Amino acid sequence: MTAETLSHALEVEDVDSHLHPHRSFDVADHAVPTGREEIWRFTPLKRLRGLHDDAPLDGDGVGAEADAPAGVSIELIAPDSPLRGSSGFVPSDRIAARVWAEATRAWAVTIPAEAAPEEPVVVTLTGKDSESATASHLVVSAGAHSKATLVLRFVGSGTLADNVEYVVGDGAHLTVVSIDDWDDDAVHVGHRHAKVGRDATFRHIDVSFGGDLVRHDTTAEYAGPGGEVEMLGLYFADEGQHIEHRLFVDHNAPRTRSHVSYKGALQGEGAHTVWIGNVLIRKVAEGIETYEENRNLVLTDGCQADSVPNLEIETGEIEGAGHASATGRFDDEQLFYLRSRGIEEHEARRLVVHGFFNDLIRKVGVPSLEEQLTATVEAELAKNVLREGPA
Amino acid sequence: MATLEIKDLHVQVQTEDGPKEILKGVNLTIRDGETHAIMGPNGSGKSTLAYSIAGHPKYEVTSGSVTLDGADVLAMTVDERARAGLFLAMQYPVEVPGVSVSNFLRTAKTAIDGEAPKLRTWVKDVNTAMDRVKMDTAFATRNVNEGFSGGEKKRHEIVQLELLDPKVAVLDETDSGLDIDALKIVSEGVNRFKENGDKGVLLITHYTRILRYITPDFVHVFVDGRMVEEGGPELAEELEANGYDRFVSAAV
Ligand SMILES: Nc1ncnc2c1ncn2[C@@H]1O[C@H](COP(=O)(O)OP(=O)(O)OP(=O)(O)O)[C@@H](O)[C@H]1O
Ligand SMILES: [Mg+2]
Repeated sequence: MTAETLSHALEVEDVDSHLHPHRSFDVADHAVPTGREEIWRFTPLKRLRGLHDDAPLDGDGVGAEADAPAGVSIELIAPDSPLRGSSGFVPSDRIAARVWAEATRAWAVTIPAEAAPEEPVVVTLTGKDSESATASHLVVSAGAHSKATLVLRFVGSGTLADNVEYVVGDGAHLTVVSIDDWDDDAVHVGHRHAKVGRDATFRHIDVSFGGDLVRHDTTAEYAGPGGEVEMLGLYFADEGQHIEHRLFVDHNAPRTRSHVSYKGALQGEGAHTVWIGNVLIRKVAEGIETYEENRNLVLTDGCQADSVPNLEIETGEIEGAGHASATGRFDDEQLFYLRSRGIEEHEARRLVVHGFFNDLIRKVGVPSLEEQLTATVEAELAKNVLREGPA
Repeated sequence: MATLEIKDLHVQVQTEDGPKEILKGVNLTIRDGETHAIMGPNGSGKSTLAYSIAGHPKYEVTSGSVTLDGADVLAMTVDERARAGLFLAMQYPVEVPGVSVSNFLRTAKTAIDGEAPKLRTWVKDVNTAMDRVKMDTAFATRNVNEGFSGGEKKRHEIVQLELLDPKVAVLDETDSGLDIDALKIVSEGVNRFKENGDKGVLLITHYTRILRYITPDFVHVFVDGRMVEEGGPELAEELEANGYDRFVSAAV
């Protein structure tokens, strides 16, 4: 393919597809949702605290603290900074459009070209007050051939709507670990969009444990051929918790790859998880490879896991495309095998859940984080059905 | 001392057409140091017997009793049975994703002994047990049975047998799927276990070849849910020569 046809293809805007909702910067283009819309039908709107409507977004209840290795800059940016929108991000729903228009805090993390800091950039957002809603816009730029890890950790109680853009330069390698470790009363609606450069790698690891309602749109497109996207997710919904992940990988360039793998566990009355995995393979995207999967482990009665993979393929010239979705309870044979070795039932269950997540945790590739995640899973398990004694 | 006593055991499973009786009155006593071989055609209920002893929830005991040194095994949970000294090497060992062999073995050992094994000797014990069955110690970091070949799964069962050191071991077709070298290695493992003291062994098999390496004290022929004949090692020879025909037609 010539450079000309490629750039032409990249300009192709929204194809008419249910995978790709109408996008616009203008809040007025996004009506207040009623809950019947395809993109809202799983979300309990009442618990959004008006984020989807007109609730003020000018709170400052979520503070940010950053710890960046030398060379990496973190700075506030002006509302009209050209960095905003540099990932090709265009709001796909009302909340994202409102954050675009009203965010009181806009900031940028910049990793210079060819920089390869050993330590991760760690940003902690701490909610101090969930009464008023905070809107924030972050742009992360990874320069060409840089290699870095960014950890975003959300803690405390707050109401946060944020847009995060990732611009991954040619040949760059960016790993992002986003951890929703909120208190029980937090609401967090996030939109993250990545533009992945030629031969670049973007890894996004999304961990959602805490919060009353967490809804994340995580989307990616490519700025050239050869790019790779890996999206891993790990979530744990307790009693009454709503955790929703909406993913969209737009294969808009040839020989790109994407691998999406989300695993979740649910326990307690009213625990609800939603996973929408959308992949679009455009005509131009020849020779691409994609695989997406979602697995849910239902630990108790009264939980609901919705899981919808969608693959839309506009070209036949692909290397491979597949998806899998499975929601199940404990495997009786696994439990029997462990118990037949003397391991008590609650301990056997704990091992199985650990194992379920372990496979994913091992893929994170950041040892200190892997340990932390294992410990967090342990803490979640201790909370409810898997505590000592019979379930 | 270890005596496993099975009396008039009847077991059924639930099927789409209602309950189906598979064990139709099994009687068997395994005393200290005895090795019993059970041989029988496919589908005769051998695995059902093994699973019923171990307490698999799919198998429903409708009457009869199983005791270990007088204690009521059927009243125990699956894990209590294991802690009481029963071990089942399964015909089809189960894969447990994400759980490493070393974590699994340590957790099982801790459960059986009621206390964590001493770290230093434990690592050595595990390595020795794996070496003995020619399992690379790299298996310790792999997930339990995941991606193991048929033979590797069987050797892993023997590693567990050696480390957990039960009173009575039920080996369900541990020999099937093994080549001759692996068969010898596994047999040696069972023989080492027997030498550890007054151990009972219930060896379920299809083929007589394993009986060349593990000498049974008794051989039972199992057809259609019950024992139809009992004898010494010479009975195995007869089965080798003539097959089950004589017993199958007699049972119908
Ligand atoms: N859920 C079920 N529904 C119907 N029949 C069943 C069910 N479970 C087991 N059975 C039957 O019970 C019988 C005994 O099975 P079992 O596995 O105990 O046989 P086996 O002697 O171990 O055979 P093999 O030599 O092939 O290992 C078989 O005929 C099997 O089909
Ligand atoms: Mg069998």
